[in-house]
Amino acid sequence: MADEAHDEVNHPKSGTGPSGPVPGGLLATGRVAIRLDQVSKRYGAVTACDEVNLTLTAGRIHGVLGENGAGKSTLMKIMIGLVLPDEGTISVDGHRVRFVDPTDAARYGIGMVHQHFSLVEPLRVWENVALGDEGRLDPSATRDRVKEISDRYGLAVDPDAVVGDLPVGMRQRVEIIKCLRRDPSILIFDEPTSVLTPAESEQLFDTLRHVVLEEGRAVALVSHKLDEIMRATDEVTIMRQGAVVRQVRTSDVDAAELAEAMVGRAVSLRSERVALGVVDADFDGSDVPDTHLEPAPVVLEIDGLTVMTRDGRRLLDDLSLHVRKGEIVGIAGVEGNGQRPLADVLSSLIVLSSGEVRVDGASVQTGVAGAMAAAGIGVIPEDRHDSGVVLEMTVAENLALVGIVDIARAGVIDRRAMSSTAERLIDEFEISCAGPDAPLFSLSGGNQQRVVLARELSREPEVLIAAQPTRGLDVGAIEYMTNRLRQAAEAGVGILLISSELEEILDLAHRILVISDGRIIGEMARGEADLGRLGLLMGGQVA
Amino acid sequence: MTTGFESADIDHGAASSPDMSEQPPRSGGSGRLGPTGLARIISAGEVVGLYALCIVAALLLSALIVQLTGGDSLAVFSALLDGSIRGPGRIGETLGVMGPLLIVALGAIISNRAGLVNIGQEGQLFIGAAFATYVGTRIGGPGPVVILALLVSSAIGGALWAGIAAALKYRRNVPEVLTTLLLVTVAAQLAGYGLKNQWLLLAPPEGRANRQQISQQLDPDSRIPLVTMFGNQFPISVFFALGGAALVAFLLARTVWGFRLRALGHNERTAQRAGVAASRYGAGALLLGGGFAGLAGGIMLAGGDFGNYTLVPGFPAEIGWTGLLVALVGRQRVFATIIVAFIFAGLRTGSGFVAATGVERRITDVVQGLLVLALLIPPALLFLRQRRRAMAARESRT
Repeated sequence: MADEAHDEVNHPKSGTGPSGPVPGGLLATGRVAIRLDQVSKRYGAVTACDEVNLTLTAGRIHGVLGENGAGKSTLMKIMIGLVLPDEGTISVDGHRVRFVDPTDAARYGIGMVHQHFSLVEPLRVWENVALGDEGRLDPSATRDRVKEISDRYGLAVDPDAVVGDLPVGMRQRVEIIKCLRRDPSILIFDEPTSVLTPAESEQLFDTLRHVVLEEGRAVALVSHKLDEIMRATDEVTIMRQGAVVRQVRTSDVDAAELAEAMVGRAVSLRSERVALGVVDADFDGSDVPDTHLEPAPVVLEIDGLTVMTRDGRRLLDDLSLHVRKGEIVGIAGVEGNGQRPLADVLSSLIVLSSGEVRVDGASVQTGVAGAMAAAGIGVIPEDRHDSGVVLEMTVAENLALVGIVDIARAGVIDRRAMSSTAERLIDEFEISCAGPDAPLFSLSGGNQQRVVLARELSREPEVLIAAQPTRGLDVGAIEYMTNRLRQAAEAGVGILLISSELEEILDLAHRILVISDGRIIGEMARGEADLGRLGLLMGGQVA
Repeated sequence: MTTGFESADIDHGAASSPDMSEQPPRSGGSGRLGPTGLARIISAGEVVGLYALCIVAALLLSALIVQLTGGDSLAVFSALLDGSIRGPGRIGETLGVMGPLLIVALGAIISNRAGLVNIGQEGQLFIGAAFATYVGTRIGGPGPVVILALLVSSAIGGALWAGIAAALKYRRNVPEVLTTLLLVTVAAQLAGYGLKNQWLLLAPPEGRANRQQISQQLDPDSRIPLVTMFGNQFPISVFFALGGAALVAFLLARTVWGFRLRALGHNERTAQRAGVAASRYGAGALLLGGGFAGLAGGIMLAGGDFGNYTLVPGFPAEIGWTGLLVALVGRQRVFATIIVAFIFAGLRTGSGFVAATGVERRITDVVQGLLVLALLIPPALLFLRQRRRAMAARESRT
């Protein structure tokens, strides 16, 4: 595969550049902004980056594509000085450099917009932008600078707004402004669209174009979404297991080829295509069996759910919905619009201000430890480390966590039963681990997720809440998860799928609800779903 | 049972590669006995070596300090051994100190399992001893009944004292680290107040020979019986402490209660969803921790190795603090803790003999401090290594 990559690169199909067999300077035609040569980084036995060559060129957007764990993040962290490489060299503008820390990298004009924002919520926009400045603080100058940048790049944001009050899309703008203010020549975006609506993503890419074409900056766009890479980039580097497997001009490839390079095999299954973000914009849902679900009994009923924070903000605002037996109800929406509190209520983690949750018609008390689980609500939480697993306990213990009382006699745990149940589930759900007694932290993310899935499904729930169930998983694991969810629904489990990935919702859900600001603001059957309307709704506009 | 070291599991973190889901399952028979087994033996050897190295270093350093202060290090170590185990009847003395230490440590382990940091054992112990004194000197009746009553009330006293911290934590969200610690001082003041007032703890004038703050001595009938084995005399409560250790080990490892306590200690939110209410299990663990410390106070009073069956100011004699330290050095593992409790008790009883060598007996505090460091360094190093590997494995997956 590596050989193939070099072939590809050394003989560009459209051959416009003088890029001979120079290591590193692969597709360079413009001015080389930063070049990484044979960069490697190892963590113990794991090689996160294996002799990677990467060149960012001024005036171009370079996509870095790969599954989770392919080494993209490590590579970017090396570029901004957050991680020091074990081997290899970095040069900026032709000069060899060695970054000691991110400040060092920033001095060379490298800036990064992180996937997880580093904003201080109680502070105002301009205060956040000024954060990290030294010397005297000049509020009016900072405000003006924020205004100026937001005008120039079409990043409309009020410098005096408190960041905590801003929606996620706006916060990202603040991050970008923060980054652009230092006038970086090299900009790195790490999975920037995961918190944006489709329209906001479009807008972001427009900004990127502007930054690149008119100002000659170099941009790296890290993503695992194919369509994004196809749409927004000029050239693309595909990584797999820490190594670069291909570097090409984006115009020379199609999505299927990229997918194949990224996964390492032909991608044919629909769910895989969905997982990779290759779904047709004019998706009509026609290939989905439209079972008429109306007569099935309602298993989960949520009525007038309101959750308020202590300072009076409404996280959920009179939210009502129902899920029928065997139905998959998708909740689409931009992150941070109430998805987390909704799942938390159904995990007995927060108490309602008002409203009611009913399972099979019987009301369930909220906030009482274990009550929701006992009532038959299984949960695959958005963040499994937060409320899904206990990392320090074993696989067997994690599998038994919710139903521990069932395998105990007079308060004493039947360890043999625990072990044999665990072995059965490890087999059934193909959990790759050293055995039932392996500590959970020794498992990969995908396998930890399978432990959660196995536990929740083995309890034969009436309802299963699946919150961002495929986040952070690689393609194989995503396919497995979606198939399992589908099977569970066929077996009669009512499923509430909470996801910010539209493709996932369109692929799985029978009925789609859109959440915004803690309310359900739209509902459509799968057959009627169209991306345009969904996108508008997700942006909070009633369409 | 658990081995006291977690090192055997350490390698797993590094072994997980970024894409394990694509690898064949590793649960096959050969994989379990192959490299993993070997790695376990190697790393177990490493751990033992590391401990030995640290202990030797601590002893050498202690010897150096003794020499530098003009003492004879060999004589000091010899005196320590004589005072703790070698001298006739000294093992009995050491066991008498070990009992309360172990009981305090068991309580600390229970609190710790629930993820709580109870560091107020010294105060809980004092309150327990005060309760025991009050009950033991006030109620009449057959000896065994009085003993039982005073021990039960000591446990209740300690639990009540920890209960203040529990109530503050689960009703007002006040960190238990602070409250338990601060309540130590309050406990000492409260016991002091009791010892000044005859209607509380102060002995009647005829029984205290002009002393200002002293309780009435426990009646000979109301003292914990002593047993003599191989020329060593110690209170029978030592057996109960050991039995208690076995019971606690079993409860923590095998029961639903212990399981849930562990889940709560590691991840409160996961536990809450799975049916473990922090306010119930956590408060319970805190109360039990206080109860154990209080019980240790009762046993100290009625066992005779401390204070001659009377309560005086300063009665806890740092057994609470040391017991906490014992649990810490024993890494919260019950069986390791028994051994550590014996060693620390030995340092204490041995220190009494050090004075005869002409060296300040406080030198044993230095030895003890260095030993604590020696026993804490290996786990810290192992933890750092474990975390580094786990982080590396996680890094490579993001």
